[in-house]
Amino acid sequence: MTSELFLQYIFAGLTYGIIYAIVAIGFNIIYNTTGIINFAQGEFVMLGGMIAISLNPLMPLPLAIVLAVLITMVVGALIEIVFIRWLDKPSVLRLIIITIGISILIREAALHIWGEGVRSLPYFIGNEVSSVSIFGTRISPQVLWVMGVCTIMVILLSLFFRYTLMGQKMQACAANRTAATLCGINTRNMVTLSFMLSAGIGALAGCVMSPITYTEYGGGTGLAIKGFTVAIMGGLGNSMGAVAAGLLLGLLEAFSVSVVPLAFQDAISIAILLIILFVRPQGLFGRSETAGLREF
Amino acid sequence: MKQFLPLAGLAVLLVCVQLLTQWTGTTYYLTQLTMSAYYSVVIIGLCLLMGYAGQISLGHAGFFAIGGYMSAMLTTRNLITFQDQDWMVLLDKIGFLAARQDLYGEAILSFQPWAAAIIAVGLAGVIAFIIGIPVLKLKGHYLAMATLGFGIIVFRVFLASEIFGEADGISEVPGFTLLPGVTVTGSFGARVSNYYIAWTLVVVAMVMLINLINSRVGRALRAIHGAEEAANATGIDTAGYKLKTFVLSAVMAAVAGVFLTHYNGGIGPSEAGVMKSVRYVALVAVGGMANIWGALSMGVILNFLSLRGFFGSYDDAVFGAILIVIMLFAPEGLLRLNLVAKFKKMFSGGSRK
Amino acid sequence: MTILEITGLNKSFGGLQAVQDVGFGVEEHRIKAVIGPNGAGKTTLFNLISGTLPLDSGSVVFRGEEIQGMEPYRIAGRGLARTYQNIKLFPGMTALENVMVGRHTRSRAGFVAGMLNLPGTRGEEKRIREKSLEFLELLEIGHLADIEAGSLAFGQQRAVEFARALAAEPAMLLLDEPAAGLNMNETAEVGRLISKIRDLGITVLLVEHDMSLVMDISDEIVVLSFGQKIAEDLPAAIQQNREVIRIYLGDENA
Repeated sequence: MTSELFLQYIFAGLTYGIIYAIVAIGFNIIYNTTGIINFAQGEFVMLGGMIAISLNPLMPLPLAIVLAVLITMVVGALIEIVFIRWLDKPSVLRLIIITIGISILIREAALHIWGEGVRSLPYFIGNEVSSVSIFGTRISPQVLWVMGVCTIMVILLSLFFRYTLMGQKMQACAANRTAATLCGINTRNMVTLSFMLSAGIGALAGCVMSPITYTEYGGGTGLAIKGFTVAIMGGLGNSMGAVAAGLLLGLLEAFSVSVVPLAFQDAISIAILLIILFVRPQGLFGRSETAGLREF
Repeated sequence: MKQFLPLAGLAVLLVCVQLLTQWTGTTYYLTQLTMSAYYSVVIIGLCLLMGYAGQISLGHAGFFAIGGYMSAMLTTRNLITFQDQDWMVLLDKIGFLAARQDLYGEAILSFQPWAAAIIAVGLAGVIAFIIGIPVLKLKGHYLAMATLGFGIIVFRVFLASEIFGEADGISEVPGFTLLPGVTVTGSFGARVSNYYIAWTLVVVAMVMLINLINSRVGRALRAIHGAEEAANATGIDTAGYKLKTFVLSAVMAAVAGVFLTHYNGGIGPSEAGVMKSVRYVALVAVGGMANIWGALSMGVILNFLSLRGFFGSYDDAVFGAILIVIMLFAPEGLLRLNLVAKFKKMFSGGSRK
Repeated sequence: MTILEITGLNKSFGGLQAVQDVGFGVEEHRIKAVIGPNGAGKTTLFNLISGTLPLDSGSVVFRGEEIQGMEPYRIAGRGLARTYQNIKLFPGMTALENVMVGRHTRSRAGFVAGMLNLPGTRGEEKRIREKSLEFLELLEIGHLADIEAGSLAFGQQRAVEFARALAAEPAMLLLDEPAAGLNMNETAEVGRLISKIRDLGITVLLVEHDMSLVMDISDEIVVLSFGQKIAEDLPAAIQQNREVIRIYLGDENA
C-alpha cells in the first residue's frame, strides 16, 4: 500500500468515524437522561440533510443549514412530547417498539416528500473535484468541514455538560432522576431538551456529510446501527468513549474495503456489534461494574 | 378439549370463506388469503417467543428468508455438471435429487423439494441455535439491537450473493409436492387446494402451540416471563427454555418461508428486510403479545389488506403507525380479551369436576 | 447425617465483604436458623447457597455433592428449594399454576411432548395438577387455587410461595424471612407450619428476624455479624451468649 493510499484510507476512516461518533453521542444523550435507546436516531441525520437540501434553493447555504437544524430539533421535541412524555412507567419493550414506529413514520414521510432519489447539498467550498493537499495526499475540503464541524460539536457538548447550568441539570437527571426532581429540576423538560439536543447534532452532522455521502430517505437505519455499535463499543452513555470507538470503527471500515467486498461492509460492522455485545457489553473502555445491562 | 373449540370454528369459517368466494366468483381473494396464512405461521411462532417467553426478535424475517432462499436455491440450482461426482451419486441414492426439464427443454438436475425443505428448515434451526446462545443472554435494548443486526446481516448476505440472485432474488421455483396430488404451487388451477394446504399448516401449527402453551413447558415459559430469577430457582432451565423457544419460532418462520416460496414460485431480498421483521413484531403486538389467537387474527386481517394493496404506497407507514398507536394506547393488544387464558380457565375448571 | 456443609464461603461486592469465611453444617431433618442484625449477610448467604449469586471462594456440599458454581435450576433439581424475603410469585398465573410450576423438577414433558400432547403427557399433567392441589390443601389455601396469585393477600401469597417450594418435594428448604410482614397470629401459624415441614422429613434452613419464632422452632442457630459467623449453638445457649447479646443490644448490656 502506498503511503498516499494509506493516508486516503485514514482520512476516509476518520470522516466516517466522527459521523458515527456524533450519532453515538446522540444515542448517549437520550440514553443518559431517560434510559431509552432511540431507534429513530439515524432519521434525525437524514432529516437534517433533507430539509437543508430543500431549503438551499431559497436561501444562502448557512441559513438553510441553521434552519434545518432548528426544524429537526423541533421535530425531536415534538416526538418526545407527543409519544414519550406522558407515558406512565413504560416498559423497555414498549419504548423500543414506539421509537421503531417513529423511525418508520419519519422514513416513510421522507419517502413521500422527497422521493426515493439520492440527493445532496452542494460542497461548502469548491466542488467535487477541488481538493487540498495534506501530508502529501489530496483530499476534498468537505472532509475537513466534516471533521472540523464534528470536532467542534464534540468539544462544545462536553463544555456544555461541564460548565453550563442547563448541562449540569441534565447530568443530574442522568445520575439520579428522583434526586434531581427533589432538587427542583424539571426532569421532564430535561428529557425534552435531550431529544432536541440529540436531534440537533444529528441534523448538523447530516448537513455537513451530505455533499460527500449523499442523503436518501432510507439512510437512517444504517447510520443508527453503526452509531449504536459505536455507542456500545465506547460504553453506553460514555461520549468520549464514543468518539474513540467511532474513529476506530471508521478506520476499520475504511481499511476493510481492500479485503471485504463493499456489499458486506454493513455486515462487518454489525458483526462487530454482535461480538462486542456478547463479549464486552460494557464497551471496550468501560469497567464491568458500570455496565448498565442489569438495569433493564 | 375445549381449547380447540375455536379451532373448529376457524375450520368452519375457512370452508365458508372458500365457498363464498366460489359463489361470488371472487376466488382471486384466495391467493392473498393463502399468502396471509403462511405469514401467520411466522407471526404465531413469534408470538410464542415474544408473548410467552418474553424475548423480542427483530430478525425473524431473516429466518423466514433462510427457509425460503435455501429451498429456492436448492430446487433451482442446476447440478447437472456435477452429476458424475461421488457426492452427487450419494445424494441421488438417498433420493435427494430430482431431474426435470425447464421451459426450453433443458435437463435440470436439482434437489428434490422435500430434501431442500428439510435442509432449509434444518439450517434455519441450526443458525437460530448458534445465534441464540449468545443473543438470548442479552436483555431489553441489547436483545432488540442484536436481533435487528442479525436480520440486517442475513438481508445483506442474500442481497450481495450471486448464488441467491442478488437484487433479483430467485424465480422459477418449482412446485412442492407434499403428497401425491397435493402440490404447493401458484398455478391457477391449484388455487383452492393451496388455500386448504396453507390453512391446514396454520391449524396444525395452532394445535401444537395451544398444546404447548397449556403444557408444563408453557407454564415454565410464563414463569420465566413473569419472574426469571424465581423460575430458575424453581428448577427451570431458563436459558435452555428461551433458546428452545427461539429455535422453535425460527423453525416455524423457516417452514413458512419454504411453503410461501414454492407457492409464489420465487423469493426476493425484500422478504429478508428489516421492515418485514418489524411488521411481524407489529402484528404480534396488535394481537396482544401473549395471545396467539390475537396474533393469528390480526396477522391474517392486516396481511390480507396489505397484500390486496389496501394501504397503497403507505403500506410500511401504516404498520409503523399501528405499532405506535397500539403501544401508546393499548399495550395489551387490540383484543384485550385474553382468549387463551379464558379457555385455559374453562379447561382447568372442566377437568377437575 | 449432614445434608448441607458449607466451608470457607466468601463474597464481596466491590469493597464490601458481605460474607467472610463462613462455614457450618446442617443436620438432616432439623431446623437451623441463621440470625443476625440487618446487613449481616444472611440473604447474601442464601443467594450463594442457592446459586443465585456466584461466590468468590469456598465450597457448598449438598447431599455429598459440591454444588457451588452450579446454575440455580440445577441446584433446585438436586432437591434444594427456596422462598424469598420479598415474595417472588409468577404474576398473571393462578395460585394453582404457581404451585404447578413448583412441580417442574418432578415432571419431564418437554417441547415435543408438549406440542403433541400425547396420552403420557396428559397423564403427567393430571398428576401435576392433583399433587399441586394437595400442597395447596396442606397449606389450607386449596380454596384459592383459581385466583390470580398477585391479587391474593400478603399472607396468602406467602403460603402460595411455600406451597410452590414444597411442591418440588425438596430434601431441604431455604426460607428467607418467612415471617416478614406477618402479624403475630400469622407468625405463630408459620412457626407451626415450619415444624410440620420438618416432620415431613424436610430439612429447613431459615433466615429470620423474629426472635421468638426462631427460639421456638429452631434446633440450632447460627449468628452472623458483618458477614462473619460469631456463634453456632443450641437456642438456649445462644440466648446466653455474651457476644450475641452484645451485637443485638449494644455494648453496655454485655
